[in-house]
Amino acid sequence: MSDTAFHRRQAEMLPSRPAPAGQTGAVGWMRANLFSSPFNILLTLISLFLLWSIIPPAFDWAFFDAEFVGTSRDDCVGGAGACWAWIDQRIDQFVYGFYPAESRWRVNLAVLLLIPALAWVLIEKAPGARYGRWFALFYPVIATLLLVGGLGLEEVTTDKFGGFMLNLVAGLAGIVLSLPIGILLALGRRSKLPVVRVVSVTFIEVIRGVPLITLLFVAIVILNLFLPQNVSLDQLARVMIMVTLFASAYIAEVIRGGLQAIPAGQYEAAQAMGLGYWKMMRLIILPQALKISIPGIVNTFIGLFKDTTLVIIIGLFDILGQARLLQTNPEWIGEVDHETYVLASVFFFVICFSMSRYSIGLEKRLDTSGR
Amino acid sequence: MRVQRIWTDERARGVILQLLLILALLLVLAFIVSNTVANLQRAGLASGYGFLGSTASFDINQRLIQYDSTSTYGRAFVVGGLNTILVACLGILAATIIGFVAGVMRLSRNFFISRIVGAYVEFTRNVPLLIQIIFWWVVILALPKVRDGISFGDTLFLNNRGVRLPAPIIEDGAGIILVALALGIAITWQIARRARKRQDETGQIFPVVRTGFALIIGLPLVTYFLAGSPIDFDIPVAGKFNLKGGFNITPELVALWVALSTYTGAFIAEVVRAGILSVGKGQTEASGALGLRPGLTMRKIILPQALRVIIPPLTSQYLNLTKNSSLAVAIGYQDIVSIGDTIMNQSGQALEVISIYMLFYLTISVLTSLFMNWYNARIALVER
Repeated sequence: MSDTAFHRRQAEMLPSRPAPAGQTGAVGWMRANLFSSPFNILLTLISLFLLWSIIPPAFDWAFFDAEFVGTSRDDCVGGAGACWAWIDQRIDQFVYGFYPAESRWRVNLAVLLLIPALAWVLIEKAPGARYGRWFALFYPVIATLLLVGGLGLEEVTTDKFGGFMLNLVAGLAGIVLSLPIGILLALGRRSKLPVVRVVSVTFIEVIRGVPLITLLFVAIVILNLFLPQNVSLDQLARVMIMVTLFASAYIAEVIRGGLQAIPAGQYEAAQAMGLGYWKMMRLIILPQALKISIPGIVNTFIGLFKDTTLVIIIGLFDILGQARLLQTNPEWIGEVDHETYVLASVFFFVICFSMSRYSIGLEKRLDTSGR
Repeated sequence: MRVQRIWTDERARGVILQLLLILALLLVLAFIVSNTVANLQRAGLASGYGFLGSTASFDINQRLIQYDSTSTYGRAFVVGGLNTILVACLGILAATIIGFVAGVMRLSRNFFISRIVGAYVEFTRNVPLLIQIIFWWVVILALPKVRDGISFGDTLFLNNRGVRLPAPIIEDGAGIILVALALGIAITWQIARRARKRQDETGQIFPVVRTGFALIIGLPLVTYFLAGSPIDFDIPVAGKFNLKGGFNITPELVALWVALSTYTGAFIAEVVRAGILSVGKGQTEASGALGLRPGLTMRKIILPQALRVIIPPLTSQYLNLTKNSSLAVAIGYQDIVSIGDTIMNQSGQALEVISIYMLFYLTISVLTSLFMNWYNARIALVER
């Protein structure tokens, strides 16, 4: 009776109704993400309080109360905010150190050329990759020529290198030179020859077991003892050798991880094709292993790049050294203690953050596990 | 013809290659040693570790054991090593807490919390640690002078000379409190064992955590009052120019501690996050279906599985923190590197000092990796 009537009435589909107002749109989002439980409400309130107590004062300090124009500390004394007036005069010193002003275009050009070189290495389907790879291979030579001079360019000694440029040079040189050494060490660690294996493992573990600063001390204090009397290495070169050795141990471990991820079938198939050890590695194993190691290599580079700031401890004037110089400069003393460090942090943050985003993106692209 | 046959034999080739490698290494070693000996002779430097016995004649204001300027270089090294271990332990403790809290909070469904923690993690990870250490140091040195320093309830003082805390004065009979503490821990351990056994057999749950806390904190506290308060506290008092009494934590230690623990904490947060994400969603859902509350799900289901992923990278973060504590030399916290640097400048024994550095850090890292291997073998997934 009424039962059948009920069914008949339901035979036709009702049009779907919109979700309750409290579950969609801004209100719904807020209910789900901010006020879903008493604890969540508490968290939201605490975070709002945190944001309110950090962000406005920080902006006031950095922008609204800050002093942007001026020629010396007198223009900043007594101001409530930051003193950015020094940037206008001193940014060149901050970036290039004592590199001669008329030659700074060479540094700029070297950095500019780095972009296509990197693009050809990192982007698989870049146009003209065939010739581009050769360009990338010779980039270190070109960059060294540009920076140090030679072939008609005026020579600039490495003690003139400084500021952010020194961090870039030390970091890039470290990573470029350490890659081949790291590959050899990783292969050595997985070698069947016991002596090769023991030597590689010892080197890797000793370097990874000590802080970089002790290696830099070695570079400055001891390396000269190891060399004949008449040979004396440039200070920057000594630092670069140590940074390279340091990075190569870490790169070796990253690449070892890549090598371990290659299934044994690949080795067996290569051997079945009659390839020798080096051909097998060069044509079959390394191309695959290096590809999956790129995120790890980028992460190592980020670490190495940040570690280049340690050169200040052994007396080179990198970006932190320049910051210190500026803080003790009579023209600015007492006014730029925080500002110089903040600017240096921004420099590093921009570069390291973009590299880590790249490596995360790459990891996602290479992740074939399907999760 | 014969030569070619040897070269095509894989085993013979391996032996030859290894012999060549050994020969090359020996040549390099001989080259280095002969140069070093010649250079040292020319500089008139004596080599060897005899200098460790001579008087150091410099002061160390941050020390855990008795030391003054008449002590030996060897003792100065011990003081420095202990200082490194001190800041490493403090840092590991704080970084672990920060890292786990931040790692869990970054996965929070609360929009603001996850974003704030995300910003903290990204910012700290991508700025060089050295800048952060120096920055915190500058911040602490810029705190108000002692006269107008910040005080918390007149017992804890914060000013540009560091942090001053009440110092415990241990009187006779204080040993019994330690005994009570040990007793509390032992009883808690027993209870935990019994409770686990009972739960396995009958399913009844015993509130181990709460009982344990009550025992471990309560027993020593009760003993303290029963024994007639044998530990007195020397509370700092504001004097005319400086605080009197209590004990002081230097600005260097505070800056280093804060910087190391926030920096490593950010890395640990990422490790923890990855560990938690590595546990499949089905585990959470299954545990919910069994009726476990979210807190219990986290503790009993997610964390035990996540820890297996978390522990190896966590240990390497601990090791990194210990190695990074060597940056102390930049702000003058007297760790082993900083003290060794002073000794190097005074005595000129660079080779020996640096070998001591390396031995120190290598020992720590070998011990850590031994522990790691043992732990990994213990928690390895038992495949059935």
